[in-house]
Amino acid sequence: EDLRVDGRGCEDYRCVEVETDVVSNTSGSARVKLGHTDILVGVKAEMGMPKLEKPNEGYLEFFVDCSANATPEFEGRGGDDLGTEIANTLYRIFNNKSSIDLKSLCISPREHCWVLYVDVLLLECGGNLFDAISVAVKAALFNTRIPRVRVLEDEEGSKDIELSDDPYDCIRLNVENVPCIVTLCKIGYRHVVDATLQEEACSLASLLVSVTSKGVVTCMRKVGKGSLDPESIFEMMETGKRVGKVLHTSLQSVLHKEESLGPKRQKVGFLG
Amino acid sequence: MAMEMRLPVARKRLSETLGRESKKHLVVPGDTITTDTGFMRGHGTYMGEEKLIASVAGSVERVNKLICVKALKTRYNGEVGDIVVGRITEVQQKRWKVETNSRLDSVLLLSSMNLPGGELRRRSAEDELAMRGFLQEGDLISAEVQAVFSDGAVSLHTRSLKYGKLGQGVLVQVSPSLVKRQKTHFHDLPCGASVILGNNGFIWIYPTPEHKEEDAGGFIANLEPVSLADREVISRLRNCIISLVTQRMMLYDTSILYCYEASLPHQIKDILKPEIMEEIVMETRQRLLEQEG
Repeated sequence: EDLRVDGRGCEDYRCVEVETDVVSNTSGSARVKLGHTDILVGVKAEMGMPKLEKPNEGYLEFFVDCSANATPEFEGRGGDDLGTEIANTLYRIFNNKSSIDLKSLCISPREHCWVLYVDVLLLECGGNLFDAISVAVKAALFNTRIPRVRVLEDEEGSKDIELSDDPYDCIRLNVENVPCIVTLCKIGYRHVVDATLQEEACSLASLLVSVTSKGVVTCMRKVGKGSLDPESIFEMMETGKRVGKVLHTSLQSVLHKEESLGPKRQKVGFLG
Repeated sequence: MAMEMRLPVARKRLSETLGRESKKHLVVPGDTITTDTGFMRGHGTYMGEEKLIASVAGSVERVNKLICVKALKTRYNGEVGDIVVGRITEVQQKRWKVETNSRLDSVLLLSSMNLPGGELRRRSAEDELAMRGFLQEGDLISAEVQAVFSDGAVSLHTRSLKYGKLGQGVLVQVSPSLVKRQKTHFHDLPCGASVILGNNGFIWIYPTPEHKEEDAGGFIANLEPVSLADREVISRLRNCIISLVTQRMMLYDTSILYCYEASLPHQIKDILKPEIMEEIVMETRQRLLEQEG
């Protein structure tokens, strides 16, 4: 009958608040609040050596830190397992040619490239971590500004890297094809999107579907102890695609709206 | 299917919107309350360097010569006669351990529990072995505080037919300081649901049973599916309670009812949006002020 405890339907998200450019010493950052879940993502662009098998491309490195503020279980080493699981999922969903144009991150083949270090910080855990983290990563990548560099060749052949003088001269990433994760939790006979902590405790199995803005599924993963039968997996995938497209359009519109407010906008940040 | 993303808005200070005449004296731990030594110290204060200093964060209450600090957010401190809603965490030899959001787990002795059928006899060894049949780990119960031990642990009893195991419903956890002390904590709201306002901050919302079962004594849980209309009422009440708690209003049957009525023009899932929450709670506050004045 499509009624959950807080009055939402099975495919309704809680209210999401997105803000970018909250951390000043990063190349790009974003903060996402989804109900009681609070995620902070910072992106730092550094120069490094390209990987041997892909000499013309830059790459992304993900690191997830589950802060002890989120839940007492994350104290000490407790949050490491969850952190590595989330980081591995992020590596998987970005592990294809179309998500991010890695060739644009190359400075000179085989020698220099941009490495984007994406750091995710879990501030508060209120259910539905994967969705919130993927939305925050997309918003932070949208906000990332990488300084424009030029490679100068000397007569002897040694290369010099020159940074442009203008601090606002930078390249932006194209995040149209960056996927977002939609988590579908199976509770009883139905599946729900955006489960709260209580709903996650009641669900035995869930499906993580990573969807791009065009509705293309890049990766899928099942978590949980229970089993899912193939028909319900198919239904959940279709729901995930539908919900994912709407998620992407809302996120794009919010990010464009924030950008249109210009550099003089009032930043709410953490003390608002 | 609804999806709303928005940019964050800075929070407004509550006191500006309220226009309260009397300012509460708020203190944080370490603040000096008064340097006058003629006062008696109550809870939440201690004497240091000839001054009265607060040890908790809250508002100062003064009754003649007694000064105490009432904390805004604490764990539940048991008082004899309070109604609590708790969850069974352990089944031990002759008692159950109940979690009630206090510093120590509360205790429900087997001898304080009603036997099914309302018999009055001494509890035997068979009763002890059948304890798990009455209450298991994870069950929710409503009970009354019988006594408070010296270390602060609370001893409960379910010696009346209105207490006992709780069936289907929704639990909302709030801070114990927001539940107003009243004569009765079991309310049957006219909108079609009933609510138990536990003094420990656990609030239980459940559909009103059609007829009272006299002989069950609170043991048999009704597991029939609840109708959609009832579930909508319960969801709406839950969202109303959460919005009252977010705006730090005291919870009692009248405030919950007014908030429910103020929320009727909105959809249930919209009640949790910040601007609608503010609007509903302002309306509730106004109606309560009108009713008092």
